[in-house]
Formats: sequence, structure tokens, C-alpha cells
Amino acid sequence: MAAIATPLQQEPNLLSRLLGRPTAAVGLALLVVIALAAILAPIIAPYAPTKLSIASRLHPPSLEHLFGTDDLGRDVFTRMLYAARTSLSVGFAVVVFSSVIGIVLGLTAGFFRKLDTPVSRLVDAMMAFPDILLAIALVAALGATAVNVVVALGIVYAPRLARVVRASTLVIRELPYVEAARALGVPTPVILVRHVLRNVTSPILVQGTFIFANAILAEAGLSFLGVGISPDIPTWGTMIAVGRQYMDQAGWIMMFPGAAIVITVLALQLVGDGLRDLLDPRLVKDI
Amino acid sequence: MLRSVLNRLLGMVVVMALVATIVFVIVRVTPGDPAAIMLGPDATAADIATLRTKLGLDGSIPQQFLHYLAGVMQGDFGQSIFLNEPVTTALLQRAEPTFFLTVFSLMIATVIALPVGILSAYRRGSLFDQAATTIAMFAASVPSFWLGLLFIQFFAVRLGWFDTSGYGGPGASFGERIAHLVLPALALGLVSSALITRFTRASMLDVLNDDYVRTARSKGMSEWRVVLKHALKNALIPILTVIGLTAALLISGAVVTETVFGLPGVGSLVVSAVLRRDYPVIQGALLVIAGLYVLVNFVIDMLYILIDPRVRY
Repeated sequence: MAAIATPLQQEPNLLSRLLGRPTAAVGLALLVVIALAAILAPIIAPYAPTKLSIASRLHPPSLEHLFGTDDLGRDVFTRMLYAARTSLSVGFAVVVFSSVIGIVLGLTAGFFRKLDTPVSRLVDAMMAFPDILLAIALVAALGATAVNVVVALGIVYAPRLARVVRASTLVIRELPYVEAARALGVPTPVILVRHVLRNVTSPILVQGTFIFANAILAEAGLSFLGVGISPDIPTWGTMIAVGRQYMDQAGWIMMFPGAAIVITVLALQLVGDGLRDLLDPRLVKDI
Repeated sequence: MLRSVLNRLLGMVVVMALVATIVFVIVRVTPGDPAAIMLGPDATAADIATLRTKLGLDGSIPQQFLHYLAGVMQGDFGQSIFLNEPVTTALLQRAEPTFFLTVFSLMIATVIALPVGILSAYRRGSLFDQAATTIAMFAASVPSFWLGLLFIQFFAVRLGWFDTSGYGGPGASFGERIAHLVLPALALGLVSSALITRFTRASMLDVLNDDYVRTARSKGMSEWRVVLKHALKNALIPILTVIGLTAALLISGAVVTETVFGLPGVGSLVVSAVLRRDYPVIQGALLVIAGLYVLVNFVIDMLYILIDPRVRY
């Protein structure tokens, strides 16, 4: 009987469909925990992130200091929670910024035939730069601040989104409802936003999740190299850079932030994979 | 076929020109006078003026751009401020570790990824497939520089199998230099194998259910030949694309990995150039690497035309 009733039921929303997939559910749960840890950092953290204590310098993990202390006696667990705030906000801001540029470029290339070639060539040229290298150069040009890291990585990842949006727009442009809207005299900007953009949200969502994961890795790389966010601000990358100098005596300083990056990126990829399987019709047979 | 090649060639030239323009824009968006920034706060007005002339910053922006383009076309990327040598020389001197690091990592990644990806697709859903897919997902989440640090700690410091860093000093033989690339290449190769594994698996899955594979089987052809000859051949184009893409990612990875392992390559050159605000070096490195990427992509596209006669541009 349940089978007969199904078509009448409303299709469950994306979130519950995502939760129905074990791997994606695990990823989502991890993300929620990490995000909560970042948001609640001032409440959870047992110490102040900048509290120095030369007496307890380079202490190994213990009940007092769960993940040990660093070279200045600061609590590694506390700093990791605060680092999560920076790393996650930078990653998320990169997603938003690159989406805005990517959507504008992709819609333009996909919808207006005359602009397709120039915009696509520009996107090709931007894709020719390896991500970290382009980001390093942009940060060097703009100045090493958190905002500029977001701008640089946003520019780096925008072409990927532009390609995805363009590809979908090319298909949607030819669909009857777009033609109908045009025939009815709906203004082009309205068609673009209401009819085209609304139907390319799925690929944007999927790509955005992967950009989030990449941005976290890239930000960590930049901060590790010392060409990104200032070393005074705790991010997972800057913590690894500090820990590197004390690797022999105090491996925990770099181990825990690295593990945090792995878990966060893994969680994002699990969710991204789940979203892609659910939203990309081409891959349905592959589930 | 000739038309496809010419079309693609034209496209490549346009993209190369755009790459050169983007590099020019990036280096010139620097707020303030690049000459003053490079020389630091202690520079005199006369020093700054001299450097401006040396860098060709005197003319208008279009003049500067033409001057720059003319140099680029002749392979002249200007003079490094700190190394006191032409950027081209600096890049060439540092090319060896970066080149071999990229090649070895790509080899390691492909040697792992192709068999694992093919077997994963063939035995889809098996324990092997599940394990391989999970490990690949994990590997793709590991920052290569962090893995490099762990390798140094374990293989170099604890076990003493390798030097912790460097490229073997000035008099080192080729073999000694290459030995210094083992750990960095492993770190980079393992991380990048993840992406190739996943793509190989996906594109093999795509073709394994196709009609011609079933036909080959029903002819009584051996499984070995069905998978490797019929299926793999058709799955090869997307796999090649992703290997090409990985090569580009590897250059990115090399930037960070070289710094971790103290290799005197192009990557560590760029990082020190950024820290010293040596703009001509940054500009030259960006141009060369992006140019190589465009070239590699062009070669891959040509390979498509060779592998699959249906491909047209």
C-alpha cells in the first residue's frame, strides 16, 4: 500500500534525502559539530587563545591541556577552536565571493551567444594558473590580510563555477519555458534570474561544496607558507607552521590542526558527493 | 583533422595572450608604487626613480604593457631585484627539482590510481572497491604539506632513511639529488592519486555497461581483454583529462611541498620572491607555469584527436 501512496506524498526535501545517505549523513554531522565548535569557541575553550604561560611551554597532551601546549605555553585545543572560526569563515566567504563572480560570468557566457567566446576564453586563461600559485601572487599584490585572502581565493575558484553555470545555462536557454517567457516579453534580466538562475542552483550547490573544501586546503597552504593570513591570528595553517619548528619535541602542535583540516575537508567532500549523486541526473545510474 | 588542429592552435594563442594580460594586471594592481614597495621604507627618492626606470615603470600603462609583451615574446621576463640576475636564468636554474618532482609525483599517482580505479570499477561494491573509495576520499582531504611533514618526521628523523631537507648540496650527483625527491614525490603523488583513482573508477563504470563491452564478452573474449582493450580504451579520454589537470594541481602542490622539503625549485623561488616583493620573479614564474599548463592542455587535446577520430574542435 505504501508504494501506491508514494506518488501522492510530497517529495521529501533535499536535507532529508541527504540524511538518507549514510556517508553524506556522516559528513553533515561532522560539519555541524565542527561549525558548532567554531561558533561556541569562547564558551567551550578552557583557556583564552592568547594566554601565555612560559612555565607550561611544550607540554604534551594531558587532562589539563587536552591537545598539549605550544611553544609559548598556549593551549593547543583552545587555539584550534579559534582557528576553526577563521578557517571556516574564510572558506565560506570564498564560496560566496567566487559564486557571485562565477554566476555572473557563467550566465553571461551561457546566455548571450556573442559574449560566449570572449568570456569563455577569459575563463580558460584564468584556469591556467595553479590555484595556490595564483592566490599567492594575488595576495602578494593586494597585501596579506584575511579579506585579501578571500578575494584572491574567490578569484581563483570563480572560473570553475563559471564553467558549471555556463554549461547548464546553455541547456536551459533552449528550453521551451525560456522561449515562452521571451515571447511574452519578459525582460532579459528577469528571465536570467527567475528562469535560468533558479534552475542552475543544483550544480552551483555541488560545486560550492567542493570549493569550500578546496578553499580550506588552500588557505591552510597560504597561511603555512606565511604568505596568507597574519601568523598572529590562529588558523589551522599558521598553527602547523609553528608546530613545524617543534616537530621533534612537540609533534602534537602540528598533528591536531592537520587532523582538523583532514576531517573538515573530508566532511565537505562527503556532503558534496552526496549532493552530486542526488542532484546530478547524469549520475543517477551510478548510485 | 587539420582544421581541428588549427582551430585549437588559434584558441591556444588567444588564451596565452590573455594569460600574459592577466599576469600584467595582477602585478600592476599593487597599491602604491611597486618600486617604492620593493625598496622598503629606507629608500631614497633617487633610488626609487632609478628602479622605476629599470623596471620600465616610467611610461604610461599602455606603453608599459607593450614593452612587457615585447619582452615576454622574446623570453625576456626582466631582471630579478634581489637575485641580481635575469628572471629567465633564475627560473631555469630552479627548474630541475620542480620538473622531476612533478614528473615523479604524477608517475606515482598514475601507477597507483589506474589499476586501483579499474579494479574498483570492475569489482564494484566489493570490499576492495569500498576500501579503495574510502581511502581515496581520505587521501584527497589531506593537505600535501602536512603529509610531507609527517613523512619527514617518520622516514627522515625517526628512521633516518632520507635527509630531512635540501637537494644534496652544490656538488651532489644526479642520483643523490633524485634521492632527495623520493619523500616529496611520495607525499604529493599519494595525495593526487586520489583524484585520478576516482575519475578512473567513474569513467570505467560508464563504459563497462555499454553494448560493445557486452558484445565483446558474448564473443567469448577473455575478461582481461574486454576490460583492458575495449573498456579502458574508451574510458581513456576522461582519464587523460584528469591526469592533465592533476599535472597542473601538482605544480600548485609543488609550491608548498618544495618549501616543506627545502628544495631549491621554482615553488620555493616564488614563495621567497613574494616574501621579498620581487615582482619580476613572481611575474615570470606565473607566466611560465600558466604557459606550460596551456601547452600541456593543447597536447592533451591533440592526443584526443589521435585516440578518438570522432573528436573535433
